[in-house]
Amino acid sequence: MNFGVVVFPGSNCDADCYHVLKEVFREPVEYVWHQESSLKGLDCVILPGGFSYGDYLRAGAIARFSPVMAAVTEFARQGGLVLGICNGFQILLEAGLLPGAMRRNQSLQFRCHYTYLRVENTDTPFTNQFSPGQVVRIPIAHGEGNYFADAPVLAEIRKSGQAVFRYCTPQGEVLPAANPNGSLENIAGIINAAGNVLGMMPHPERCAEAILGSTDGYLVFASLIHWWQRRNSRAS
Amino acid sequence: MPANSQQEKIKEGSWREMGLTDEEFARVKELLKREPNYLELGMFAVMWSEHCGYKNSRPVLKLFPTEGPQVLQGPGENAGVVEIGSGLAAAFKIESHNHPSAIEPFQGAATGVGGIVRDIFTMGARPIALLDSLRFGSLEGEKARYLFGGVVGGIGTYGNCIGVPTVAGEVFFHPSYEGNPLVNAMCVGLLRKEKLARAVAAGVGNSVMLVGARTGRDGIHGATFASEELSEASEERRPAVQVGDPFMEKLLIESCLEIIDKGYVVGMQDLGAAGLTSSSAEMASRAGTGIEIDVSRVPRRETGMNAYEVMLSESQERMLVVPRAGCEEEVQRVFERWGLTAAVVGRVTDDGIFRVRDGEQIVAEVPVRFLTEECPVYCREEKIPAYYEERRSFPVESLPEPADCGSVLLRLLSSPNIASKEWVYRQYDHMVGINTVVLPGEADAAVLRIKEAPPLGLAVKTDGNSRYCFLDPYRGGMLAVAEAARNLSCTGAEPLAITDCLNFGNPEKPEIFWQFRQVVLGMSAACRALGVPVVSGNVSFYNETRGQAVYPTPVVGAVGRLGDVEKRCTQGFKQAGDLIFLLGPLTAEMGASEYLSVVHGVEAGEVPLVDLELEKAVQEVCRSLISQGCLCSAHDCSEGGLAVALAESCISGGQGAEIEIDLAAAESAQGKNLPAVRKDGVLFGEGASRIVISAAPSNRAAVEKAAREAGVPLLFLGYVGGDRFTVKLKKDGKESLVIAVPLTEMTEAWQGGVSRWMEQ
Repeated sequence: MNFGVVVFPGSNCDADCYHVLKEVFREPVEYVWHQESSLKGLDCVILPGGFSYGDYLRAGAIARFSPVMAAVTEFARQGGLVLGICNGFQILLEAGLLPGAMRRNQSLQFRCHYTYLRVENTDTPFTNQFSPGQVVRIPIAHGEGNYFADAPVLAEIRKSGQAVFRYCTPQGEVLPAANPNGSLENIAGIINAAGNVLGMMPHPERCAEAILGSTDGYLVFASLIHWWQRRNSRAS
Repeated sequence: MPANSQQEKIKEGSWREMGLTDEEFARVKELLKREPNYLELGMFAVMWSEHCGYKNSRPVLKLFPTEGPQVLQGPGENAGVVEIGSGLAAAFKIESHNHPSAIEPFQGAATGVGGIVRDIFTMGARPIALLDSLRFGSLEGEKARYLFGGVVGGIGTYGNCIGVPTVAGEVFFHPSYEGNPLVNAMCVGLLRKEKLARAVAAGVGNSVMLVGARTGRDGIHGATFASEELSEASEERRPAVQVGDPFMEKLLIESCLEIIDKGYVVGMQDLGAAGLTSSSAEMASRAGTGIEIDVSRVPRRETGMNAYEVMLSESQERMLVVPRAGCEEEVQRVFERWGLTAAVVGRVTDDGIFRVRDGEQIVAEVPVRFLTEECPVYCREEKIPAYYEERRSFPVESLPEPADCGSVLLRLLSSPNIASKEWVYRQYDHMVGINTVVLPGEADAAVLRIKEAPPLGLAVKTDGNSRYCFLDPYRGGMLAVAEAARNLSCTGAEPLAITDCLNFGNPEKPEIFWQFRQVVLGMSAACRALGVPVVSGNVSFYNETRGQAVYPTPVVGAVGRLGDVEKRCTQGFKQAGDLIFLLGPLTAEMGASEYLSVVHGVEAGEVPLVDLELEKAVQEVCRSLISQGCLCSAHDCSEGGLAVALAESCISGGQGAEIEIDLAAAESAQGKNLPAVRKDGVLFGEGASRIVISAAPSNRAAVEKAAREAGVPLLFLGYVGGDRFTVKLKKDGKESLVIAVPLTEMTEAWQGGVSRWMEQ
């Protein structure tokens, strides 16, 4: 499965995603420079965490105008798999590939720590290796992760199971006390209606190896690879 | 002699405003054999400031051992570099940004991070970790809370954006820092040995490029500002604080590392204090060349700037690059790809002169060495302060023994100096780079894996107890180095070298200079005994407000190596039934402790003396047991003593513990009598060279054997388990329960110690 990791000048988790795909999964992976306008040959594009163009205005607000985002939009329209992590999620929202918007954390402070997430939907290319309702431990690191959507959009998200990850207690309860940033309905990650674009604030690439203290993030990438292999074996 | 429009005669006394004394001004004239013009005078003033010239500290800094087989680059460059194995090296340095942070905490701290990061990638090293050592006044004060919040926010905002994890550090609160907080930032970088770059302007005829941010009027005379005491008037210096642009820094990191990696660079130097003046002068000085800068070619962000302003601006995120002849276009292409403009602003010459042009006109012409080597050096007068003997001889044994040691423990755990610093580190991205395998709060030092050469790892830590240094600077200096090294050893890492940031008051006061020299002597003794040379560092004097100096504060940044990072050790107890030991002597000395300060309101008594031979042996035993996989936890006894160390291991591990301290057993383990010990001394005293370890029962024999063979005292203390922390003291055959506290209560006290002040 061919992965591409987009590099904006201010991306800083690009090398981490690259490392996990190359060294942990041994899958072909390449960097995609932000001025690229073609994603030819790629099966999955990852928009990594970081501060794309400094993000002094609003996270992702400038990145959406970059040449590569035009290509990512077209890639997604054709059914290509797109995973946005942290800043990548923010960019997907700004680019309109996912519904809703990000506000600053309720605390108005950056937050970096492990969070517990409940996997709400395992019927996606990104989560099929989790079990339904599984509670996983994946860290966050962001200042703008306070997810917002208006009532009709939120209702749609709820109805169609688009809220894939929710912040929860270690016991799996979705409670305000487990919400690190003020996100509506404890939303940590959402998928588009077509099911091929996922954005999540927590960083799965930071916990895909035992040495880092959790391997729960491994399952996000494993899901992608599993989904891809199954689809291709069916096709052949 | 330069001729230009700014050539009007300098005003009487203008050198004093710039920070030069009358004698120094006379010396400038003597060297030049003429009057300097205004720009030249400004150049001398910044280059001869304490901040750039180290004129008060140089002779004392020579006392530090700086060599060792692991050292690839000692002091004198932008950072020190040590070999870590597998063809790799670590570059690291610590630096202060105290004065800017005192008047503009957010930007002052942010730009402090930016500056130290540039020092690291200038060496060709990719920055992989940041550490911050912070000192503020008591959190009871509103000003201290404002400064603390701003500084932490600034560090986070900058470090998070550039993608370098902030993995460790310490925060200490004390009234002496009320008006003058300390903000020391350390950066560690990783490089391949053969890529080691130096900041030299070599190769006569080579062009000199300026890259990064445009030059503005910010920060003019920042170096001078950093070299004077703070006062009410300091508020007016706010424009001397620069504003950081971390995104620009990120672009510089990537592009500069790329041109070094591709071999396009002769030398590179960041523009820090004293901007273009000091970077040019230092690069030429190291290479023994001359340098010519044309200010008309410097890209600016403000109009109407004159040569003086351009040469002295401290605008952030700028680098000076001397490309290899013939590589100029390639260098331009790399910078363009990252959206940066690089301007050729000068060239390397062979005449040893620092020449500044404004187009066709020469506006300054000074031999490089006048600015660097000829900087005056002062050997200041020393005097033992009046407080020293009085505080030292204070009869601590006259203080009443507390009735309830359990409540004392809870008070200490919630003291901001001991309590959890989660409120701080949760605002820092400490995981980016996916190398942090021991996170903040999990051990005495952070541990990073080295993905380039598994299973190699690095442990990093800053340390420095200023109360010790105030009460006894020599012993305090020793303790600072010993503790930093011990922290590394507690993770299993072998200390390789240190960097230091020496924060003191006004060195022109004999008492301050005495503190300074004694601290350096103590540190040097410990460095020699423990085999850890000083490879880089920074001195920050004039940390005073209204004539009151901060406590003498040497901050030691230590870097250690783990051959096998899979065998790293953390501080939390792991498994019920594990055995707990004290490695090192059981002591009861209470002097200079956090306990005396928090509970009795006394900062006095004798500072614990480090037995350096014993210290070394204790650390060696600890590391060797960790590398054999014999230990489940290791935690240094420092502020709060044995009881706090045990409690912290309980809290970190989510385990209770049942402890019995048998004084008779301790006496036989140490082969000497413990005269009339007090329980508060045993529990909360801060004797050096001690580590609380735990091990599975099956490893008991191995632990005892290792300690015995090294001649290190080992005392069995009890067992991990349960949901309470209990301590019994057995003395003269009688046993008494002195502490019995539920784990939840300890955890709560410890977790809320800082946040309760900051979340009101």
